[in-house]
Amino acid sequence: MTRHTLSVLVEDKPGVLTRVASLFARRAFNINSLAVGPTEVPGMSRMTVVVDADGDLIEQVTKQLNKLVNVIKIVELTSETSVQRDHILVKVRADAATRLQVTQAADLFRASVVDVSTDSVVIEATGHPEKLTALLSVLEPFGIREIVQSGTLAVGRGSRSMSDRALRSA
Amino acid sequence: MSKGSPISPSLMATKSAGAPKAPERADRTADQAAAVADLAAVSPVLGPNNVVPPTVMTGSQAIVRSLEELGVDDIFGLPGGAILPTYDPLMASSMNHILVRHEQGAGHAAQGYAMVTGRVGVCIATSGPGATNLVTAIMDAHMDSVPMVAITGQVSSAVIGTDAFQEADIVGITMPITKHSFLVTNPQDIPHVMAEAFHLASTGRPGPVLVDIAKDAQQGQMTFSWPPKIDLPGYRPVTRGHNKQVREAAKLIAAASKPVLYVGGGVIKAHASAELRELAELTGAPVVTTLTARGAFPDSHDQHVGMPGMHGTVSAVTALQQSDLLITLGARFDDRVTGILKSFAPHAKVIHADIDPAEISKNRTADVPIVGSVKEIIPELTEAVRSQFESAGTPDLTTWWAFLNNLKETYPLGWTEPEDGLSAPQRVIERIGALTGPEGIYVAGVGQHQMWAAQFIKYERPHAWLNSGGAGTMGYAVPAAMGAKVGEPDRVVWAIDGDGCFQMTNQELATCAINKIPIKVAIINNSSLGMVRQWQTLFYEGRYSNTDLNTGHDTVRIPDFVKLADAYGCASFRCERDEDIDATIQKALEINDRPVVIDFVVSPNSMVWPMVPAGVSNDQIQVARNMTPEWEEED
Repeated sequence: MTRHTLSVLVEDKPGVLTRVASLFARRAFNINSLAVGPTEVPGMSRMTVVVDADGDLIEQVTKQLNKLVNVIKIVELTSETSVQRDHILVKVRADAATRLQVTQAADLFRASVVDVSTDSVVIEATGHPEKLTALLSVLEPFGIREIVQSGTLAVGRGSRSMSDRALRSA
Repeated sequence: MSKGSPISPSLMATKSAGAPKAPERADRTADQAAAVADLAAVSPVLGPNNVVPPTVMTGSQAIVRSLEELGVDDIFGLPGGAILPTYDPLMASSMNHILVRHEQGAGHAAQGYAMVTGRVGVCIATSGPGATNLVTAIMDAHMDSVPMVAITGQVSSAVIGTDAFQEADIVGITMPITKHSFLVTNPQDIPHVMAEAFHLASTGRPGPVLVDIAKDAQQGQMTFSWPPKIDLPGYRPVTRGHNKQVREAAKLIAAASKPVLYVGGGVIKAHASAELRELAELTGAPVVTTLTARGAFPDSHDQHVGMPGMHGTVSAVTALQQSDLLITLGARFDDRVTGILKSFAPHAKVIHADIDPAEISKNRTADVPIVGSVKEIIPELTEAVRSQFESAGTPDLTTWWAFLNNLKETYPLGWTEPEDGLSAPQRVIERIGALTGPEGIYVAGVGQHQMWAAQFIKYERPHAWLNSGGAGTMGYAVPAAMGAKVGEPDRVVWAIDGDGCFQMTNQELATCAINKIPIKVAIINNSSLGMVRQWQTLFYEGRYSNTDLNTGHDTVRIPDFVKLADAYGCASFRCERDEDIDATIQKALEINDRPVVIDFVVSPNSMVWPMVPAGVSNDQIQVARNMTPEWEEED
């Protein structure tokens, strides 16, 4: 299975997230992650959906998504032509003895410590999913208490805007 | 049989024939349909687009007014608490509301109405159980792409989410089985939502749209004006096929030696039968019409080789299997047609024209995909093929036709007489078709009788055959026939039903009797869930687990269909012998002041043939039990 990142421009209407999610469930497509938020255009939201699917199937996924009336536009973003980022918050065991090692590890990944207590720290990091996996494997020996991770966010490189083009064609 | 007698031409008047006796209602419908088609080109709002200046009214008045402005004439529904406000102004409306006995009946009636008229079918129900009773019909309409708008009442917006009395999240429940749905909580949204719902239901690939309206939105004040602005930025159906693709398709057709026109229900939805005929006659290619496309191409035409699929004719199934080019028009490679997908039409290239891009290459990869309406694609394809033929020559299909004609002659549809002395169900159905003729409308339930009705009635025109194809909904026939009769009051409408199916929705006979909707119901009574029983015979060593219904010959006859129909105010007959079949059908055809129900007692042992058993290649088609055709040596 290949991983695909889809940027989906949708109308900001009640139930639109459910429509997308239930479509994936009903058609037995695999969502790896999904992130949704407002855009620069009022009334329009943008979802970044990461899907595991083989060649033919990803075509079905996009066609079925396009059939949703609230979906305005879909673009597949490749890793070469886009910037893709995940956001993670990790709570790691860190007492006086290990705290320095933990924060040094975080520094190496340009992650920052956003909360400290006597026996733990919370580390915040942003990056490509692979970088975050690497960070987690470094932190793992100290004892990871909690992980909270966002879905992938992605935006095309260069000056073009996805919503510009969508609005012109709409 | 002689077509003269009871079936007078005026009863059978087609819209275009303009028979002198045709009541004005039919004309009005035809005119409106034409007007609607013209307007659709300029305005996405259905109906005559009357200009209504801003007028203060309640939300429920706005619902009724919107329906009127959209050109709706007939509505099927059943009131209840959350939709009560809307039923009040409805009483004063010129629209004809037909009170059903169960909301599922309203849904199927709206489908039947839409299928014969090509207009949007409308059904109304209340919240909670009223709405969930519509679910089966909505799903059915979704599977068979029937234009339908379902309006449901919802509890007041203040209590949505509190598990209020008769609250159900019907938008959530129907999300995967509607083309789109709306929840309206602000009365001001009603006109544009209604216009959008009708636009969505009737354009592109048609389908059901749900409009769920909170009770307070019905009761609240709003300012109504018409036509509203339709704002659907994400909805842009493509109707015109891509030129280059059409030319590519024409090249393939010119180069094919074993082409087949694989015609699906989309051709009927697009009203493209005339266009199809021109293309077919130009190419000389054999035509197969799927279960939902019966009548899209006349059965009597020499180029028609039958229905493909699990119970298709040997000639149709084999034509697809041996073809080198499938010209697929408004069909979707459904599993009942393809059998095991990998072994389906293994040597064929595929041209696939469909209005829904998601259908193209969903099951079978298309070599030439054409997205658009077959109504527009087929004429362009015909032109392109004509110029291809002029430059490259007309392909010689003599060998192909010799092969197919031999199959048609060797393996015609037929049946073996039952050994129990009871009538063959196939004969009953064949006689109904023969005595009623191609101008009638035939609506089937689901099961053996459905397949026999698809096989043994001769369809010569589109919109004459209605059934639940994709969904396979038992109980479809009676309410859908009711809707069809409302839509086409001047045609004879037969519900060909099974004894199992009939018991699921026969309460609508009350609706038919009271509202003077004189449908004719033929119960093909084999006293069992026949198709399931057939599978038990074939694949479960004749262990008849829970398929005996005790309605037929030599049983307790519960219920007694003749008495039941009588209780519903219908004329009712029982026919148990071959020699009575014609006379009974004639009697039914002569009665037009009330519904007729005939209990045709038939053999439970008759089976549907040919058959491709589930899970095997279509090459394994059997013409009778364990009998596979002998294939000729190829060339």
